[in-house]
Amino acid sequence: MTMTSNAGSDLTPQVELVTVVVDGVAIEIPKGTLVIRAAELLGIEIPRFCDHPLLDPVAACRMCLVDIGGVPKPQPACAQVVSDGMQVRTQLTSPVARDAQEGVMEFLLLNHPLDCPVCDKGGECPLQNQAMTAGRPESRFGEVKRTFPKPINVSAQILLDRERCVSCARCTRFAEQIAGDPMLELLERGSNQQVGTAVDQPFDSYFSGNTVQICPVGALTSAAYRFRSRPFDLVSVPTTCEHCASGCSLRTDHRRGTVTRRLAWDEPAVNEEWNCDKGRFAFTYQEQGRVTTPLIREDGQLRVASWPEALDFAARGLSAASSHGVLVGGRSTVEDAYAYARFARVALKTDNIDFRVRDSSDEEAQFLRSAVAGTAVRTTYETLEQAPVVLLIAFEPEDESPIVFLRLRKAARGGTRVYSVGPVATRGLAKMGGTLLPAKPGAEPAVLAELAEQVRAELQARGAVIMVGERIAGIEGGATAVLQLAQATGAALAWVPRRAGERGALDAGALAGLLPGGRPLTEDRARAAVAAAWGVDSLPATVGLAGTELLAAARDSSIGALITGGVELGDLADQSLGRAGLEAAGFVVALENHHSAVTDLADVVFPVAVVTEKAGTFMNWEGRPRPFAQTFKDALVMSDAVVLGMLAKAMNIAVGASDVAGIRRELGALGAWNGPRVERPNVPAGQVAEGAHLVATWRALIDNGVMQEGEPYLAATAHPVAATVSATTAGALGNPESVTVTGPLGSVTVPLEIGEVIDGVVCLPLNSPGCVLYRDLGVRSGQAVTIKGTG
Amino acid sequence: MITTGLTPIITEHWDKPDLYTIEGYRRVGGYQGLATAMKMDPDAIIGQIKDSGLRGRGGAGVPTGMKWGFVPQNDGKPHYLVVNADESEPGACKDIPIMLANPHALVEGVIISSYAIRASHAFIYIRGEVPHAIRKVANAVAEARAAGLIGDNIFGSGFSLDVVVHAGAGAYICGEETALLDSLEGYRGQPRLKPPFPAVAGLYASPTVINNVETIANIPYIIDRGVPWFRQFGTEKSPGFKVFPISGHVVRPGIYEAPLGITMRELLEYAGGIRGGGEVKFWLPGGSSVPMLTAEHLDIPLTYEDMAAAGTMLGTGTPMLFDNTVSVVKAVTRWLDFYKHESCGKCTPCREGTYWITGVLEKFEHGRGTGAEVDTLVNLCSQIAGRSFCALGDAAATPYPAALKYFRAEFEAATSTSADEQFNPVASYVFAEAATR
Repeated sequence: MTMTSNAGSDLTPQVELVTVVVDGVAIEIPKGTLVIRAAELLGIEIPRFCDHPLLDPVAACRMCLVDIGGVPKPQPACAQVVSDGMQVRTQLTSPVARDAQEGVMEFLLLNHPLDCPVCDKGGECPLQNQAMTAGRPESRFGEVKRTFPKPINVSAQILLDRERCVSCARCTRFAEQIAGDPMLELLERGSNQQVGTAVDQPFDSYFSGNTVQICPVGALTSAAYRFRSRPFDLVSVPTTCEHCASGCSLRTDHRRGTVTRRLAWDEPAVNEEWNCDKGRFAFTYQEQGRVTTPLIREDGQLRVASWPEALDFAARGLSAASSHGVLVGGRSTVEDAYAYARFARVALKTDNIDFRVRDSSDEEAQFLRSAVAGTAVRTTYETLEQAPVVLLIAFEPEDESPIVFLRLRKAARGGTRVYSVGPVATRGLAKMGGTLLPAKPGAEPAVLAELAEQVRAELQARGAVIMVGERIAGIEGGATAVLQLAQATGAALAWVPRRAGERGALDAGALAGLLPGGRPLTEDRARAAVAAAWGVDSLPATVGLAGTELLAAARDSSIGALITGGVELGDLADQSLGRAGLEAAGFVVALENHHSAVTDLADVVFPVAVVTEKAGTFMNWEGRPRPFAQTFKDALVMSDAVVLGMLAKAMNIAVGASDVAGIRRELGALGAWNGPRVERPNVPAGQVAEGAHLVATWRALIDNGVMQEGEPYLAATAHPVAATVSATTAGALGNPESVTVTGPLGSVTVPLEIGEVIDGVVCLPLNSPGCVLYRDLGVRSGQAVTIKGTG
Repeated sequence: MITTGLTPIITEHWDKPDLYTIEGYRRVGGYQGLATAMKMDPDAIIGQIKDSGLRGRGGAGVPTGMKWGFVPQNDGKPHYLVVNADESEPGACKDIPIMLANPHALVEGVIISSYAIRASHAFIYIRGEVPHAIRKVANAVAEARAAGLIGDNIFGSGFSLDVVVHAGAGAYICGEETALLDSLEGYRGQPRLKPPFPAVAGLYASPTVINNVETIANIPYIIDRGVPWFRQFGTEKSPGFKVFPISGHVVRPGIYEAPLGITMRELLEYAGGIRGGGEVKFWLPGGSSVPMLTAEHLDIPLTYEDMAAAGTMLGTGTPMLFDNTVSVVKAVTRWLDFYKHESCGKCTPCREGTYWITGVLEKFEHGRGTGAEVDTLVNLCSQIAGRSFCALGDAAATPYPAALKYFRAEFEAATSTSADEQFNPVASYVFAEAATR
């Protein structure tokens, strides 16, 4: 664990130890520990089904019955708390415990179909495994088994074979206790007891896939993986999720060159044992629509080219241009982002570089340079769990960083108070028991400046955290206000970007004015150190163009050549700007893994690797490096860094290491910057837009994102698209069933929903089916729209 | 020979047609206990109940005063009294008659008990299948409220109480006290993990006392008439009197109130003996969940301690008697079918065990059991007893081993001969002609 000390840890109270003897072996263990955990620490495995260390004990399956000295009946080890001097005898030393466990196992198998040969869980099934250790070789049961029609859908993604269920209630407890989506419940009674959902209320939780993973039998399966493979035919690789900045550990299972499934992997410091459905199921994009060969534009058409030809073509185009820009996109690994940062400064001799090909601002850039880049891991998941209070701004964790949401919810269940500054009390906020501090879109800085005295006082408590999302970039004066609040209260500040690569790209120096490790470009000492490390005499000394300014310069034909690395034009609020910039740029080199609007406009396209085809590191929102291995060891697709290295070579320029190990060495040698940082932004709060209805919007976790393509079951579990308004606003519209929302570019018609929203604000998903705001309406958060009831 | 007299106390005035009304109840001295209680310190009431030695009449026989004493006082939390009126035990028929005939004794007990444990909310959780009893109790509560016995500042004492009559939805498991609490809170009725115990964190996570209807109906009499009066009945360890509803093949089935310590033989004589001068084949002192006894046990006093010594339990104190026309195989099968139907499904041994045992017993009933299965069933019961989540599993594992102890031959015969061939089913009907028997 890389966790450094933080304000939270020393709040942990001193623990009282008790001595307990398990199977004759004594162990000193904190008071309140469960017997089953004490036994685990001694390496004694007590069989169990309902027990899960992250769920409250239920003691329903009775598989873990053990003999406890002085207690007449065998007791469930999963619910029994140790006490000093307790004598525990497990199945290893107690015939009573062994007999009890064998009895329970025999009962569990009564109504279980024993269809292991056709069950997806076969081979990794706790029931199968424990039937081997605690079961009878032959069944005494000769009656008729209970059966159910099979399977039923509890959601589009999750299927339930009820006859396999052992009623351990792990899934229902997960849904209620962890995800806060209590849509799964046990129904009926006796041997008819079964898991189910309410009528017309499917288990559309963002975290539903976890129930498949923790199901100790094959009762819950996913439509995506059902009947796809047997576990013993799979090759497993530990990986990191590439979707958001949570940084989940995953296990990627593949077979015959194809990813078959992904599981949440154990990482107590980050994702514990959970992940979200996007991280679990959205990986089919990796195979679809790929760029497979280099392409060069000839007579206006892209044609297939050999690598030498394409490299030569690109090198000549780049060398010929007098000015350059580099757009990295937010999904690069740390190593690839570093390669772009280095390539821009060394090969192109420019500081025109940005990873923020999305809504961005100068203020945000200054905020990132001054307060985020190159800072050590300070605010962590652990900090959140210990925090007395967490304030969220421009951030909807359930949609934008779901594992942050899970940890915040866990914290809230333990007493952490959550506040959210914004126009909408979201479903996620309600599940965290949070309080909305209402702010019209754009009015957040004013609300922060005049924060209620009580909240301000709470934020002064030790361990308080302010979390700000990347949408702060769209709020004029927002980052300034957040920094001022953090300074005034002493609360820790965490920036949570949405994309997995943004924090790493920032630290790798893929932002104008910033060199790796948070070094300001304007500092001579920083520049000199990096120039020396990169083996060049000097680096560009003036801060280059970033964000929309860079694209605007390209549009105005002042950029001779652009390099793009994983850019999605749809991410830009001003869609025409991106398109115009790429069209007007003299020469465009695209390093892309998928065909897209960018490759359509590029002069040269190089295919690059997706996450399964390369090793790398994502840096999560904490600033914690989350390295991952190459899933497909024999993949022939090269990473961005390798392609950039070849490109530099074609330009006769030496840029340094291109392999992951080499780049990590270079980055490690550079180390962190401890010199002066750039000035904090100081931007006055902007004006709240005028208009009867202002838009509040962010991206839903499951939406039209290009990395969710090809996974229809996942898409079907997305939250329904709707325009959410307050009851007053709805009343003023005449309470219609649906509304037509119109912006400068057009309109969308969506169902109307009433929620806890500020009057005069309409909440819409940013990029969901039938509601793509940038494209269909041409509005961003905080801008005015007109709404009309349509039925 | 009868040496113990009947002692109608709760049942004393059941022949009065208007006992169920507040006027009728007051006319026979009702609500005097309450008047006495409201002049007492709550702790003194708890002390008096402790001294009386009253034991819970719901089956487990936990001393009521001790239960009340577990409730932490001055803890700043609301306290609750919950009356378990979910009488569903096969053979038990005492709480519902009490609620029908003498509902104000219950209501008076509720008010006194709430005052003693400092509860300002009391709930009476009544089994859903008895709307007539629910109506009677609801009416009694309304009358008491109208009379100022329930509500704010009762008797100017500063004590306020609200009483809610709640109808269950018909699940035996909801008679298990923690399942009852879940059901009362609006959840699915399934037993809760203990600890915490209800006395510390029960209804809405607050200290809660859960008492049986008959227990609570005893309270006004103990307060009104005192400990020495109460202790003149019964034995040292089982003081007091008990409502014994006698069912089965007796001449006059019905409710007999007698001191604890009376024998089954005496009660049987009051009930006119076995019909047609027949013999007791087997009997159960307290519902289907306690091990059965035979004619040789008729002289054992019906007390908590003597029943335990005889290898059974007083349970709810609701004797069921069966004569020689009854197939024990069939009786046990019916009981197990009940437990299978009522198992809540939470824990494996009860959920799956009742399913399995019932399946095997049905074979026995039809003469298709095997000799090996006679013993397999004993083993299965031992896999449930003491290993299930709550006492329902223990109860389900009780009838078969007890029956086998006395009637092994009958089960062995059921490997070839159906229960109906062994015993003419028509003969066992209560209304069967003597000739058939």
